[in-house]
Amino acid sequence: MNKDIRILAIETSCDETSMAIVKNGKVVESLTIATQIKTHANFGGVVPEIASRMHTESITLVLEETLKKFSGKIEDIDAIAVTYAPGLLGSLLVGIECAKTLSLVYNKPLIAVNHTMGHIYANNIEHDIVYPTLSLVVSGGHTDLLILKSEQDMEILGSTIDDSIGEVFDKVARVLGMPYPGGPNIEREALKGKDTYQLPIPMKEENFNFSFSGLKSYVINLVHNEKQRNNEIRISDLANSFQTTAVDEVIRKVELALKKTGIKNMILAGGVSANKYLREEMQKLCEKYGVTFHVPNILYCTDNAAMIGCAAYPLYRAKKFADFTLNAKSSENIKKYIEENK
Amino acid sequence: MDYKFTSKDEMDTLELAQNIESEKFPNMVICLNGELGTGKTVFAKGFAQALGIEETITSPTFNIVKEYDTGELPLYHMDVYRLEENKDNIGIKDYFTKGGVTIIEWADMIEDELPEERLDINFRFVDENTRILIFKPHGKIYEDVCDSVL
Repeated sequence: MNKDIRILAIETSCDETSMAIVKNGKVVESLTIATQIKTHANFGGVVPEIASRMHTESITLVLEETLKKFSGKIEDIDAIAVTYAPGLLGSLLVGIECAKTLSLVYNKPLIAVNHTMGHIYANNIEHDIVYPTLSLVVSGGHTDLLILKSEQDMEILGSTIDDSIGEVFDKVARVLGMPYPGGPNIEREALKGKDTYQLPIPMKEENFNFSFSGLKSYVINLVHNEKQRNNEIRISDLANSFQTTAVDEVIRKVELALKKTGIKNMILAGGVSANKYLREEMQKLCEKYGVTFHVPNILYCTDNAAMIGCAAYPLYRAKKFADFTLNAKSSENIKKYIEENK
Repeated sequence: MDYKFTSKDEMDTLELAQNIESEKFPNMVICLNGELGTGKTVFAKGFAQALGIEETITSPTFNIVKEYDTGELPLYHMDVYRLEENKDNIGIKDYFTKGGVTIIEWADMIEDELPEERLDINFRFVDENTRILIFKPHGKIYEDVCDSVL
């Protein structure tokens, strides 16, 4: 029998300081997430300097906590994995320095993980990813549609050409006077309203790219015009119409991809997959096409280190290790990452 | 002196950005201000295309800074909206002297951090498609840019 592989994973790309110990890319043996959302809400968004300062303050505590919950010792760990891109540079660096230190002190290999890949591999925690599978990654920084052909081979079908879906939820929430984070607030309001505003379909072209900036501008113009005319804006209805239009557009593109590729497995990933309307519509769509659909538990949809431990496992098996020149990157062409890790 | 440009649609804003790109130089700083949806990111897209950057320029709101180094000069594309009151020691200033072009959306938010010499562009909403762009060059080199493009 093969020896079990345990990876200690670190994630500090944005709001959350998180560490996890994951066995064989699947079993979460320990997970700690320290979130900063309350602090950031006062500022209407993530403040990079505060974020990196708070990561610095909490990272050793998170490490202690993660090891305390773990039944083994740090010496039992086989590798140290860390998110190096994309994200806030100052925040990423805190995680990277911690990972390098642990790697050096305990003489364990270092694995560099792309955050987006983490979101995708979060699906491995509860269900084995069956290849080939179609994957939709929706978060604050991403809107990507990919085909996972095998553990080592992926292809990007389409991405956003302007705002990510998470960004556009946050911006529309800002215009409607809702606090950060905008996504859950839009969703809450939408539940109270009806889809009564006629909003334009974001991108009519029959390709797999997404565009949300036109929809965003339209909602903003609408709010301005109504205010100028002293008309009442029905916030709940507008939130509902906006959410419906944005999500339906995503669904339309996924349907197109399912039809074109004939793939029978679908996974959803990223922070925005916490959105219930999106989950339900995806479920319906997949039922319609007889496609097996999986979405991670909400805990693993938002940023967490367990998903980084999952994504690091295939890299460990392929012996794709990083050295101490590893640096943080604010953005990374995911295509390049896929090529390099094939 | 200020310069005024009326953009009839996105294409106009893209083209204008491309024309400004033809006057680029290392350490150029362009500050974009204006409400959500007035075309700041569209401007950055046009500039980046003309620079020969291969990647799609997407909104930097989530990451604050996105760096692109596949063009004739490096491009640092920022959205500093989320920094608001908390802008000290974030390393923004380092970008101004790294040899590339910096485009800052919502630059007003970090007024004290901005270099003395720079080009300010204010985007004003007129109607659904039309925007008025007001150019404020700070420094001779940016006045020359405006003179040759506008």
